[in-house]
Amino acid sequence: MTALHLAVALDGAGWHPAAWREPTARPGDLFTAAHWAKLVGEAERGLLDFVTLEDALSLQSSRQDGPDDRLDQVRGRFDAVLLAAALAPLTSRIGLVPTATTTHTEPFHVAMGIATLDHVSGGRAGWRAQISPRPSEARHFGRREFPGPAPGPLDDLLAEAGDAVEVARRLWDSWEDDAEIRDVATGRFIDRDKLHYIDFDGRWFGVKGPSITPRPPQGQPPVTVLAHERAPYELAARVADVVYVTPHDAGQARAVVEEIRGIPREGTPLKIFADVLVFLDGEPGRAAARKARLDELDRAELVSDAAVFTGTPDELAELLLDWQRAGIEGFRLRPGAVPHDLKAITRGVVPALCRRGAFRREYEAATLRGLLGLPHPANRHAKVTTS
Amino acid sequence: MTVSRKQVHLAAHFPGVNNTTVWSDPRSGSQIDFESFRHLARTAERGRFDFFFLAEGLRLRELKGRIHDLDVVGRPESLTVLAALSAVTERLGLAGTINVTFNEPYELARRLASLDHLSGGRAAWNVVTTSDAFTGENFRRGGYLDPADRYLRAAEFVELARELWDSWRPDALAADQEGGRFVRHGGIGDVRHRGPQFDVEGRFTLPRSPQGHPVIIQAGDSDEGREFAAATADVIFSRHGTLEEGRAFYADVKRRLAGYGRAPDSLKIMPGVTYALGDTEEEAAENAAEIRRQQVSPQTAIAFLEQVWGRDMSGYDTDGPLPDVDPVVGGGLSQGRVPVKDPLAVAAKWRALAAEKKLSIRELVIEVTGRQSFIGTPQSVAARIDEFVTTDAADGFILVPHLTPGGLDDFVAKVVPILQERGVFRTEYTGTTLRDHLGLETPGRTS
Ligand SMILES: Cc1cc2nc3c(=O)[nH]c(=O)nc-3n(C[C@H](O)[C@H](O)[C@H](O)COP(=O)(O)O)c2cc1C
Repeated sequence: MTALHLAVALDGAGWHPAAWREPTARPGDLFTAAHWAKLVGEAERGLLDFVTLEDALSLQSSRQDGPDDRLDQVRGRFDAVLLAAALAPLTSRIGLVPTATTTHTEPFHVAMGIATLDHVSGGRAGWRAQISPRPSEARHFGRREFPGPAPGPLDDLLAEAGDAVEVARRLWDSWEDDAEIRDVATGRFIDRDKLHYIDFDGRWFGVKGPSITPRPPQGQPPVTVLAHERAPYELAARVADVVYVTPHDAGQARAVVEEIRGIPREGTPLKIFADVLVFLDGEPGRAAARKARLDELDRAELVSDAAVFTGTPDELAELLLDWQRAGIEGFRLRPGAVPHDLKAITRGVVPALCRRGAFRREYEAATLRGLLGLPHPANRHAKVTTS
Repeated sequence: MTVSRKQVHLAAHFPGVNNTTVWSDPRSGSQIDFESFRHLARTAERGRFDFFFLAEGLRLRELKGRIHDLDVVGRPESLTVLAALSAVTERLGLAGTINVTFNEPYELARRLASLDHLSGGRAAWNVVTTSDAFTGENFRRGGYLDPADRYLRAAEFVELARELWDSWRPDALAADQEGGRFVRHGGIGDVRHRGPQFDVEGRFTLPRSPQGHPVIIQAGDSDEGREFAAATADVIFSRHGTLEEGRAFYADVKRRLAGYGRAPDSLKIMPGVTYALGDTEEEAAENAAEIRRQQVSPQTAIAFLEQVWGRDMSGYDTDGPLPDVDPVVGGGLSQGRVPVKDPLAVAAKWRALAAEKKLSIRELVIEVTGRQSFIGTPQSVAARIDEFVTTDAADGFILVPHLTPGGLDDFVAKVVPILQERGVFRTEYTGTTLRDHLGLETPGRTS
């Protein structure tokens, strides 16, 4: 059996809005590095491929059109790239995949940030590229000097995201691996013939290049995208390495996989991960009861784009294998409440998958690309030598 | 009670991408591996330095239309590497240079607040301005910014960042599980900023950070730059590294503070300086000369000439005399550096000096560019630093080592203990935040 890939999506105190009220949650510690270090340490002990870190350019809100005044839910988030960087020296094998938006940000800065994360983590960086469609986010960027698509039609935002990823990829390749020569005889530090302008000129921005940061250790850190429909599937097929999809059962999983595989793509096949929001307890019925209690605290039933699972780690392992047979290659599990459901993943689901021969027993690679089974990419500018 | 002496502040500048950084030395390590950053930061922390400092350049420099290949190239995104360093240091301040022209206040304010939280109150921001269209080619904004507007944008940018940092009440986070209140009522304020440069409306995404506001550093020398510093900055990174220039600059900037209702010691002046040590004065002088030769290779000497002369000089022998042709004014051969202001005057001055001292091209460039600020034994260098600070030529220094990553090892091992013995430098950190180290107040909320 092919092994599954397993990632965990970290956000706030967990994905249930009332998760911070669980007795084991430490809501007062959410804005400390130590709190996140513990969580990622746990994920690494569970041999997970990577963690993703959520982010947005506005405060969490129950409303689409702006901030709400709810006092009973987690509000506030770190910049995810910086949080990932602070976690890098404290971990050694797990991939770190922060969310960074492409809508209001400078593609050059984002690309340098991810490249730098790859350098400080020794090749464990990834990027969850995201668009920021909300008018409330646009109001944080009072740009008047030049046109931008935001808040514009979704297709434009996706196209802009595609351009941003393309720019990042070109920048990451703009230094060949052997560009640095330190040649004392000629006084040259760098072979400038191995640095390349990227000359990107798109609808929303142009970027000249080259990168100011040398090529990241992975060459191309994996780019990941969450997608719920055709247009973002196409974006993912065009620019990403991993897509997260949100089927609610094995039949939908099969249909989504079929649809995505039908989209033309160049290079290594896109890895298809499914997102599942999970509540896990060893004792049957207990996870469902826990979720119901949290719903009651939040005065609403949990709504989610992804499937919501309540059950035992063994039951989840069976479900994951079932969806794997439908063509899903990995999962990004969203723990309902941390640390509880995170520990249930690392100490319950992972061993259950191992017993079924479907998950690693030790880290087999030092880079995130390695863990995902992606080859080290040749630089697009490298001359093919035939010796 | 003993009268306490004026204290020295010290910062460690990670070696940059100009010819100060010697890469041809066998001891020179990687400019990009995290290990190099960790080494220098930990050395600075062992030396009880106030902060670690990163410069910024958002486009690779060019000469004669091609990427300049003689100096170290390649550096990380500043805040990302500083966030990583926050995990391997405990007290050291972490300062990043970040341009206001190619960033947006909301996003940058939250990145800086993130670093301040992640480091437990150790973040600093060196606010620099540029209008140059060359760098702008890497950004959405392009190079539209009128040079006259640089500091207008900078001032409004920082003002808006402060509104955002102040927008959560200090006690906004309740985290009250029993009562079901994560946030206190009225804890998160609305920001509404309408100004000539920015229109921003909404709520900030982070609680007030440990320092309230990250430390603000300013590096720029024009009248507008000095005024901006007097109005806004906590620290100035200056280029005035001689006693006379330092005192004049110090007096000028500190005088401006009163106009903003600020006390003289609320702004620290820290010139960037280089140094060379030896066991004797002679040995130090020899070391200094050797470092200068490493910093100015024949090719680098030609590159310096070309920046002044504005034309191709590659045919000249660097062991021979200066050329007798005149500079092309506005030749614009160099991109990505501060341009030479009056090339004809500079050339005349260089010629006179070369004639007087009988200097070759290379010797002349060695003589006129970047001589070390402090050359001597650990004893004499420590005494000199102390003198600068006691006589108000500086409040401390940003040390720019010439080697990555071990360039401060000797300073920390040999000079710091002498400063400590003299009673002018801390032997232990007494506070946890960078504001504590610098003796700066935690800003109150403005609203
Ligand atoms: C000591 C010093 C260090 C500086 N470091 C940087 C830097 O790292 N990156 C940058 O873009 N500009 C840097 N600058 C440039 C200034 O921000 C500013 O653009 C320049 O000095 C012109 O401003 P002025 O007209 O006020 O002097 C530095 C300036 C000084 C004096």
